[in-house]
Amino acid sequence: MVKLVVDSIEIEVAPGTSVLQACELAGKEIPRFCYHDKLSVAGNCRMCLVELEKSPKPIASCAFPVGEGMIVRTDTPMVRQARRGVMEFLLINHPLDCPICDQGGECDLQDQSFAYGMDHSRYSENKRAVTDKYLGPLVKTIMTRCIQCTRCIRFATEIAGVSELGATGRGESMEIGTYVERALTSELSGNLIDICPVGALTSAPYAFVARSWELAKTDSIDVLEALGTPIRIDTRGPEVLRILPRADDDLNEEWMADKGRFSFDGLKRRRLDRPWVRRDGKLVAATWQDAFGAIAARLRGVDGARIGAVAGDLCDAESMVALKDLLAALGSQNLDCRQDGARLDASRRDFYVFNAGVAGIEEADALLIIGSNPRHESPVLNARIRKRYLAGRFPIGVVGPGAALTYPASFLGDAPSVLTSLHDGSHDFATMLQEAAKPMILLGQGAVARADGAAVLAAAWRLADAVGALKPDWHGFNMLHTAAARVGALDLGFVPGSDGLDLDRMMGGGVDVLWLLGADEFDTGRIGADTFVVYQGHHGDRGAARADVILPGAAYTEKDGTYVNTEGRVQRAWRATFAPGEAREDWRIVRAFSDVIGQTLPYDDIGAVRARLEHVNPVFARVGLKRFGAGDRGGPQGDPAALSADPFVAAIGDYYQTNPISRASLTMAECSRTYAAPRALAAE
Amino acid sequence: MSGTRTGSMAWRLILWELLSGMAITLRYFFKPKATINYPYEKGPLGPRFKGEHALRRYPNGEERCIACKLCEAICPAYAITIEAEPRDDGSRRTTRYDIDMTKCIYCGLCEEACPVDAIVEGPNFEFAAETREELMYNKEKLIANGDRWEAEIAKRLELDAPYR
Repeated sequence: MVKLVVDSIEIEVAPGTSVLQACELAGKEIPRFCYHDKLSVAGNCRMCLVELEKSPKPIASCAFPVGEGMIVRTDTPMVRQARRGVMEFLLINHPLDCPICDQGGECDLQDQSFAYGMDHSRYSENKRAVTDKYLGPLVKTIMTRCIQCTRCIRFATEIAGVSELGATGRGESMEIGTYVERALTSELSGNLIDICPVGALTSAPYAFVARSWELAKTDSIDVLEALGTPIRIDTRGPEVLRILPRADDDLNEEWMADKGRFSFDGLKRRRLDRPWVRRDGKLVAATWQDAFGAIAARLRGVDGARIGAVAGDLCDAESMVALKDLLAALGSQNLDCRQDGARLDASRRDFYVFNAGVAGIEEADALLIIGSNPRHESPVLNARIRKRYLAGRFPIGVVGPGAALTYPASFLGDAPSVLTSLHDGSHDFATMLQEAAKPMILLGQGAVARADGAAVLAAAWRLADAVGALKPDWHGFNMLHTAAARVGALDLGFVPGSDGLDLDRMMGGGVDVLWLLGADEFDTGRIGADTFVVYQGHHGDRGAARADVILPGAAYTEKDGTYVNTEGRVQRAWRATFAPGEAREDWRIVRAFSDVIGQTLPYDDIGAVRARLEHVNPVFARVGLKRFGAGDRGGPQGDPAALSADPFVAAIGDYYQTNPISRASLTMAECSRTYAAPRALAAE
Repeated sequence: MSGTRTGSMAWRLILWELLSGMAITLRYFFKPKATINYPYEKGPLGPRFKGEHALRRYPNGEERCIACKLCEAICPAYAITIEAEPRDDGSRRTTRYDIDMTKCIYCGLCEEACPVDAIVEGPNFEFAAETREELMYNKEKLIANGDRWEAEIAKRLELDAPYR
């Protein structure tokens, strides 16, 4: 440890810490533009100058490592004058357009010029102007405002792993750009907006919509992918205006994927805002009483074994436990949450969660990706893999569809038989896994959502066991989900009971009444023609189109909910707005219906539902994540030898169109066009 | 003693108070009148008089308001509501600019906050209405006010400029 004195506060920090970080630890605020604690140090804005005793001039604290016995001063006339000088230079070419700038009110330059700058300008010459660049449909550029901190370049290169941004020219003619005019091909591009300290990169869908001070902020969870990025929903009145990530070093660091950030305009389109009942083949607007009456009438006399329920990808745990209890009351065990047909084994929790945790990726020293494209399935998790790769000595192998990842990976083949050869050591990559102290196996939904999924699951577990990934202090078997509701549903046991039917067997007339809780991601054409379908959800998507009764529910921004992410981390989301029209929170709908059929569920408020959740599975008692090593090494059901020869395919086709919200979003449709079309043109 | 009393009685019979009152009346009768013949005549207004709001334009006809929402933020009575979006040419413009004149307290802070001198409180104070609805001003009404009063508003701003 190194001892130093910051403004007469004596502190001890680890060697290698920068002076800026030491000052922060001492509780001193250092203004900065180019320094960002998740990016490499550039040291080009010079705003973080501090005075160091025995140094003839001020030092850039972000790029200066601490030394024993240093005496640092952060608030002396010299430092203040240096900051004023730097600020004056930065403002020479910065336009005075704060009133029309979307960053206005939350701008580092604005705040810091207020706090550390001069009160007037001595500059009366012409300011420079820079042509705006095109970075795709999500990021709007006003490059005249750029102060060349290069945070965006470093983010794109280091975190997003796409070396598409760069600087051309020097001095005053330096410009940030993409060299050639094309959209930034990253699923993390929205983070550029957050890290830009000025208004040069702003959100295109949010352009001129609102000012930061008029927004109400609600903490929530991004449910459009299974990572469960903690988010902040910014609303004004009844409208969600933007979504920003919250920082959690164990989970997302500071990043967020574009789908979760920009899909919210889908919350205003194609919404189900009143119940509908199908009469004579046509859906007719109805009241809640009519809708409940229609379902109750159809349920009368139907055997419990002929009733089924499917939970969708965006459901909160509360609504799923309510529906599960309802079906139990009706005498049914026909439950399923695996719309994609993933052969997940719900018998033990470590068979279906990302056991090592996202932060655990940084501890791993070899990675095998099976049937997954983490870049699309969870861009933020992918950024963590890239971070681990940049730290060095991290062999990565991919079994499955060859995809453009943001780090070099050796492609081992796309057939399941590779797993066998890795297990018996005949494959070259097997030694890499064997030699690793903490090998990590990442199993995607593309590997298990297939006929021989159980065999693949068992083979992957066997491989993990063989290479030493299952240790008391390290669980290297990791399942990466694509649906936010999946782990929560499996924790609740939203899977067929002992003699219950799974999704496949409920299709084609396997049940008479099918309750779809926001389930849109399977082929509804497979539902039997005589099956009575109840769709409870928030968007008029595939499920609603087939439904006989539609019960309008609330989207994730409109209800208090509990979600469990792919790591098994229990997370809470709060309601940011109210559901439109007559739509209600989902667990309340199920509870109200249970009353209509005389099977009243025993909970009246969200606290009671959560108590019930905890009763069903104790993991819901505690928000957060506790990581475990591998205890029981016994594998999941399934014969590892029963692998088919079919190659693995990707679980996600179009990253921007994976759920009812993103399919209803114009922004996502635009992204889909932008990022899919150029490839189609090239193929012609 | 009695003579004094008789003199006092005589003094009272003269009704001196009445006469002095009549004298004031007579004096004012010949002075110029303080009342004016409103609405045909009007009193003078200072250049900082805070009357009815108006949204101004630039001399080339372009509306000044850039939807920065500073007036909305500073309004102590929450009388202003603004919604904005990019116009076709990419510039930041309001799609809605409403002032609830029944909430407005005519403090003039909106005018102070405006970076482009778009919203101003003009010289007009004769905008009484018969219904509440007429006092819910929208952008169209405010712009029309600006067009109508521009000459006077410009003059007032010019007169006030040395003190800012």
